[in-house]
Amino acid sequence: MNVNKIMANRLFWPVVMLLVLLIINLLAFPGFFSVQIRDGHLFGSLIDILRNGSPTLMIAVGMTLVIATRGIDLSVGAVCAISGAVACSIILGSSDPASPATVTVAVVVSLLISLVLGLWNGFLVAVVGIQPIIATLILMTAGRGVAMLITEGQILTVNSPPFKAIGSGFFLGLPISVLIAAAIFVFALVLTRRTALGLMIESVGINPEASRLAGVRARGLLIAVYVFTALCAAIAGLVLTSNQTAADANNTGLFIELDAILAVVIGGTSLAGGRYSLLGTLIGALVIQTLVTTVYTVGIPPIATMVFKAAVVTVVCLLQSPRTTELIESARRRNARRRGKAVTA
Amino acid sequence: MSATVVTPSSPIATAAGRVRDWLTNPKYGPVIVTAVLLVGMFAVGATRYRGFTNPQVIANLFIDNAYLIVLAVGMTFVILTGGIDLSVGAVLAMSTMIAASLLQAGWAPGVIIPLILLATSFLGLAVGLMIHYFQIQPFIATLAAMFLARGLCYVISKTTISITDPVFTALAQTRIPLAPRLSITPSVILAVLVVIVAVVVLHYSRLGRTVYAIGGSEASGVLMGLPIARTKVLVYVISGFCSGLAGVLYSFYTLSGYALTAIGTELDAIAAVVIGGTLLAGGYGFVLGSVLGVLVLGTIQTLITFDGNLTSWWTRIFIGALLLVFIFLQKVLTARRT
Repeated sequence: MNVNKIMANRLFWPVVMLLVLLIINLLAFPGFFSVQIRDGHLFGSLIDILRNGSPTLMIAVGMTLVIATRGIDLSVGAVCAISGAVACSIILGSSDPASPATVTVAVVVSLLISLVLGLWNGFLVAVVGIQPIIATLILMTAGRGVAMLITEGQILTVNSPPFKAIGSGFFLGLPISVLIAAAIFVFALVLTRRTALGLMIESVGINPEASRLAGVRARGLLIAVYVFTALCAAIAGLVLTSNQTAADANNTGLFIELDAILAVVIGGTSLAGGRYSLLGTLIGALVIQTLVTTVYTVGIPPIATMVFKAAVVTVVCLLQSPRTTELIESARRRNARRRGKAVTA
Repeated sequence: MSATVVTPSSPIATAAGRVRDWLTNPKYGPVIVTAVLLVGMFAVGATRYRGFTNPQVIANLFIDNAYLIVLAVGMTFVILTGGIDLSVGAVLAMSTMIAASLLQAGWAPGVIIPLILLATSFLGLAVGLMIHYFQIQPFIATLAAMFLARGLCYVISKTTISITDPVFTALAQTRIPLAPRLSITPSVILAVLVVIVAVVVLHYSRLGRTVYAIGGSEASGVLMGLPIARTKVLVYVISGFCSGLAGVLYSFYTLSGYALTAIGTELDAIAAVVIGGTLLAGGYGFVLGSVLGVLVLGTIQTLITFDGNLTSWWTRIFIGALLLVFIFLQKVLTARRT
């Protein structure tokens, strides 16, 4: 009975996937789970997974909320590129790139700009009523062009220790980027699950018209969700840029929207909107990053990562599809009936 | 407001009314606007830049975008059913890689090209089955296909493979003269053939009508007894086939295979289809509109090249702005009708 209940949990397959990947890693590389303290920092493969997966997780948290409203945000990669480009150009343009004040200004300005970008997406979706996939496609297409304008087509390399700390620094032994991701995750979790906000987001996703009649202000909620996602994307962009100590308008955050959406889908949140699970998204993001790490530890050529990713996505989606549940359900019923017959006979 | 209203009986008013009816018709409105825009852009180009009116500029538009026309045709089928195909760019790249690597291995082009078309159609079939029978959203299913195709590119080779095969180079370099100082490539003829076949299929066949029906209302289609399942899978096969063919054309065009080629081409194809007036919700749209969409994108590129002062990344911004305008337009048009 209990087994059925666990299997019916929508986090069941993602967790299984994560465990399978971790076990594969452990078999291929026995020291996989060891975490050492070096120079007061934590080191180890698991920490690497957390650190490299943190930008994806940040965006995926915002994306979960957007998807819960039956939307999608394709522009996050472009927002990453823009925020990185803005921050780097401000730092480069200042007289003292190494001062924390400069970096603070750079971070604040790039967050403000992403706020505007998020408002734009939210305006198109909530006020104009354009399909989210298309509304955000506009910024996705134009955004990298804008980032190119900001960097003037060059890769901006910055040499600023405080900025570098965002992506590759440590605080209390943990990578700062992981702490930022954790903070965003906890913030979203508390804000939407400890208040009625999460419920409202889900109701907008299930039936916008009905929730409007029930007194939910769908318009403001939608705008807020897109703004939040853009902010998450901007922070992720800063982390990515700081990690490379360079803003590359073409490649910063390239395909990260796809990874983030995958994390959400693997985590069991349906693209059709409604019920969402931030915990699932966390697991999804970890699955994706572990997958990438597995490719390296097992010795599959890294270039094949995408094939591998495609396989995992397909398997997870097929497992979660209603059709598969139906098939399993009917098989189980048939089994039960047979067993029932055996008992009566 | 009331002062400008002309009495309905006057001939000017009926003519104006007819024009307004055309423009606000979700079926024809966006296509007409796209056509007007294209003419307008040419007018701007002709007045501002010398040599813009040369017929070869128009021919080059087709030569440079033959592959995109083919992609957009496949995408039109998918979007007409209300779906989307994100895998087209990656599948195109995969086709160029297969072509280049097999040519390097000494296979005959006559074997390779059918093989590519078969492989990409099969990939489309797999995607279609996933979407229809497992009810996975087109977005995710084609995303998985995109990862798969892009990944296979890297597996085949990380570096550029150049194509030296005589058949391919001949097809790349042949110029078919249409008039003095005006010529096109065989790829253009192929692309035009694809467009003609697509138009005939969409407007004069049962398959085409079912495609429109799915986009209009899938449930009604089922109740009417239309072969929804088969058609829904088939549009992804068509898109896969078109991506494969576009890949072959692209390898004629560049004479090489490269894993990172055509990143973001799916966006160009989607943009072309949207600008061409196909409604993303499905049900309305024309293949010829998508061709106009491709030409608009190509003209933007040409204008920027002719200008010389604008950097190439303005292209992306222009395309984004244009997308915005057309989506607003679609919004206005569909709002009027419902």
